[in-house]
Formats: sequence, C-alpha cells, structure tokens
Amino acid sequence: MMLIPCPWCGPRNEIEFHYGGQADVHCPDDPQSVSDADWATFLFFRDNPKGVFTERWSHASGCRRWFTVRRDTRTNRVLPADSTNHARTVTT
Amino acid sequence: MTPRTPGAELPEHPDRLWHSPEPKSSYDVVIVGGGGHGLATAYYLARNHGITNVAVLERGWLAGGNMARNTTIIRSNYLWDESAGLYEHALKLWEGLEEELDYPLLFSQRGVLNLAHSLQEVRDSVRRVNANRLNGVDAEWLDPQQVAEICPILNTSEDLRYPVLGATWQPRAGIAKHDHVAWGFARALDRMGVDLIQGCEVTGFERVGDRVVGVETTRGPIRAGKVALAAAGHTSALADTLGLRLPIQSHPLQALVSELLEPVHPTVVMSNSVHVYVSQAHKGELVLGAGIDSYNSYSQRGAFHTIEREMTAAVELFPMFARAHVLRTWGGVVDVTPDASAITGLTPLEGLYVNCGWGTGGFKATPGVGWCYAHTIAHDEPHPLNAPFSLDRFTTGALVDEHGAAGVAH
Ligand SMILES: Cc1cc2nc3c(=O)[nH]c(=O)nc-3n(C[C@H](O)[C@H](O)[C@H](O)COP(=O)(O)OP(=O)(O)OC[C@H]3O[C@@H](n4cnc5c(N)ncnc54)[C@H](O)[C@@H]3O)c2cc1C
Ligand SMILES: [Zn+2]
Repeated sequence: MMLIPCPWCGPRNEIEFHYGGQADVHCPDDPQSVSDADWATFLFFRDNPKGVFTERWSHASGCRRWFTVRRDTRTNRVLPADSTNHARTVTT
Repeated sequence: MTPRTPGAELPEHPDRLWHSPEPKSSYDVVIVGGGGHGLATAYYLARNHGITNVAVLERGWLAGGNMARNTTIIRSNYLWDESAGLYEHALKLWEGLEEELDYPLLFSQRGVLNLAHSLQEVRDSVRRVNANRLNGVDAEWLDPQQVAEICPILNTSEDLRYPVLGATWQPRAGIAKHDHVAWGFARALDRMGVDLIQGCEVTGFERVGDRVVGVETTRGPIRAGKVALAAAGHTSALADTLGLRLPIQSHPLQALVSELLEPVHPTVVMSNSVHVYVSQAHKGELVLGAGIDSYNSYSQRGAFHTIEREMTAAVELFPMFARAHVLRTWGGVVDVTPDASAITGLTPLEGLYVNCGWGTGGFKATPGVGWCYAHTIAHDEPHPLNAPFSLDRFTTGALVDEHGAAGVAH
C-alpha cells in the first residue's frame, strides 16, 4: 500500500486515489501548426523513468482535487516535493 | 473430461540444457533480454535465416522476467485483422512446437471462454466472433447454458452482480508450461551454437553516428552487427540511453496461485469486466491474474487491493474457490502501449531493432513474434505480419486498437 500525501487532506491510502500519469503535459498552444510527429508525441509519448517520476494523482474518494507527486518508480517511495513542483490544482 | 492425476503428465526434472559461455567480443546479432521473445527470436534467426553467430544477453537468469511470471494463456481471438494475423500465426506454431523442439511444453488446448456481462459486451463479443471467423480463427458464441456445460464450476445463475450473459469460445486456445517453453528454446539454441549469457546486463550502446554497433554490459563491451531489444518492461530505460523515445509505460502486473487441488477447472476462463482470468495448472494450482496496477512502476510487486479485487471477482464467479488457500503472489513489469498492441520492427537508428509493448499478453505471441522479429532483423524490413506493428503507426495514426480484445486481459 502506498500512502499518498493529498496536500489538502493529508496522507491517505492509495485506494482513495485515481492515477493521472505524467505531470506537466501541455496541449500545444496552436494545434493547427503542429507537425504530425509533434502531435504524436503530445498524444502518445510519456516519460517512463526507472527512478524519480513527477506525476498527477486525484483524490477521487476524498476532496476530488488533482495534485502533483514525485515518486521513485523503483521503490514506490513518495519523495518530498521540490521547489519547482509544488502541489497545485489543474487550473493554475 | 476424463479425470487426471495432478502432476502425472509432468516430465522429470531436466538435466543441464544449455551451457554458460563467456561472452565473445563480437557477434552478428546481439539480442538484449533472455525472455521468451529473445529466445524465440534467436531460434528463428538460426532456423529460418541461418544466422547463428548470435548472443542472447540476460541481466538475471534465463527467462526469469515476465516469461516466468505470466499466467500462460494462449489464444488468437483478437478483433483486428493485424492482430489475428500475428496471434494466429503464433498459435499455428504452438501447435507444432513441442514436436519441433522435441521437448515437452505441456501445450494444452483446453479452450478459452471470454465472458460477457453486459448487453454491450455481448454485442462486442459476437462481433469479435464474426471477425475471428472471417480471419480463419476458430470462435463461437455460447449462451450461459452452453458455458455451464463447458465449465460446470462457473456460477452462471442470474442473480450475480454481473451475471454471465454468455461467452466467446475458442477451442484451440489453451495454456503451456512457460518454463518448459523457455528451456525448449534454450536447449535448441545451445545445440545450434547460439550463446546464452546470463548475469549480463546491457547498460548502454556503442554507436557510430546513427548506427548502433554494439552494447556496453556489466561484463564488458560487446560489438554487434545488429542489436535487437527484447527487454519487455525495461525497454524504456534502455532506449532512453540512446535518446530514443518509445510510447510505452511500465506497470506492475500481478498473478497468484492457490494450493494444489484435484482437477476441478477444465478450461480457461477470462472476464474483462470483473477482471479476473483463471485456469488450473498441470500440477493442480489455480492460476489467477488481474489487471495492471494503475501507476508506472518497476517494482516487481503491486498493491494488495488489486489482488483483493481479483479474488472478489473470482469467488463470485467460482463460489468453490472460497475454500482455496493462496500459496503465492508475485508481479512482473509489463510495458503498455496506447493502443494495447505491441511494437515490433525497425527504429530510427540503423542496426537497432525493437520488440516491446507486449504488455499483459505477449506470452501467447512467443513463437509468432520470434518468427517475424527474426525476419525483420535478417532482412532489415518487417515481415508482412509485424509490419502493422511498427513504431511509426503512432505518427501515421494507423493504430491497432485492441483494448477490447486485449485490454488488460490476456
Ligand atoms: C503476471 C503476468 C501475467 C501474464 N499473463 C499472460 C498470459 O496469460 N498470456 C500471455 O500471452 N501473456 C501474459 N503475460 C505477458 C507476458 O508475460 C509478456 O508479454 C512476455 O513474457 C514478454 O516477453 P519477453 O520475452 O519480451 O519478456 P521477459 O520474459 O520479461 O523478457 C525480458 C528479459 O529481458 C531482461 N532484461 C531487461 N533489461 C535488460 C538489460 N538491460 N540487459 C539484459 N537483459 C535485460 C529481463 O531480465 C527479462 O528476462 C503476463 C505477464 C505478467 C507479468
Ligand atoms: Zn484530498
């Protein structure tokens, strides 16, 4: 079991959460001008590191908010947020 | 079914089947990963193309990755022509493999039932049966009563939360003993002069411009005319060292076995909706699998709640399982693609070939993909059967969306 730190509710069991994959994936600003290759990258390619991964979780059975977590994919240990990765809602 | 004694058909423990050579300084082809796919690829490189100056490099022990961890379900009832082509090619090879390798693989064509639990699933299943038949794949649609005749221990009563509304049935599908499959290939490879090198992790690549010319390993550098990846869930870690991005995500996938039981379960039963699949191994264990854990991870274990859900579904479908004890649970690291189909073919780098993204269901493909991947490596061009599974499909948009027939099930 992973204990996932919801920034609003505190650490909770992973069964309360929904996984959202890699953090900081942005839709291209002007989709019309994007090449097929770049469009494919946006749609289908995500980082898959064996090590630290910055990812999105939603506290689905709690406050229902999205936030960012750093986790080591080798051990599943959740790491402290670094200065560039403060927990935040999707809209900010 | 005539009663069988559990374990009776298991052969004696084999003598040494392959040597452990020191790596040479160079090979025509180096295959990274000594799982089912790496071994089968080396086998067909030798058998179909006469290429035997080959090394299979395995970081752990031979076939100790997903090959040793899977639930061994073999079937070819996929929806799309591309998948039916590849998996049916594999199934036909499975049907002659025991004889060809002259080794007992315990390939047992006991059939697979894929259950449907909703009206939409019934419609999708019937569609898949029709698609299978058009592709020459054996498939039937069965109503609940026919399902009960094939698998009497299955709860087909109407008062389940997700009642069984019917099932697709592929009689030629079944299971094989995964370790024996690996050992059979390994013995044949050893005899053909291919080097199987265990305890040898590939940590990087040697390249000259856009050409890959060798690998760096924990046992020193090895030059190679061609380098073929067959490293399953670890492919991203390897490709990253080359700056090659692949559309795969690595997830834990768990399975478990019960204690040994008398023969109770005559076929293979799978359910995508309630997410469990189960067969009974030759020795007598019930072998159960679930879905992937939701998050990326390289830890070869998953979360307990995944097992809990799988057991809940299993006990609802098979009430008699409530009394069985769990003996062992474990996980593998599987590489999942956006369209639930594999990636097998050329890469943007010359001399580098990729075979990955088999996710939760690549055991069944073992001989088929080995055949096609060997062709790709030997001719620098995909075989017609694996051409649709090339990396560029994510740019062209020609996806092979098998979520319905593969999804997380096998
Ligand atoms: C729990 C579970 C149940 C499954 N059930 C089924 C099923 O019922 N039916 C089905 O068809 N499929 C099933 N699968 C999927 C199937 O096991 C895989 O798709 C298949 O084994 C992939 O074959 P492979 O040879 O590529 O992988 P593997 O057997 O994992 O081989 C890859 C090998 O590469 C090695 N390796 C990795 N990195 C390196 C490196 N850097 N250097 C050297 N070696 C390296 C690994 O140690 C490993 O041995 C299941 C998988 C799991 C985990
Ligand atoms: Zn919360």
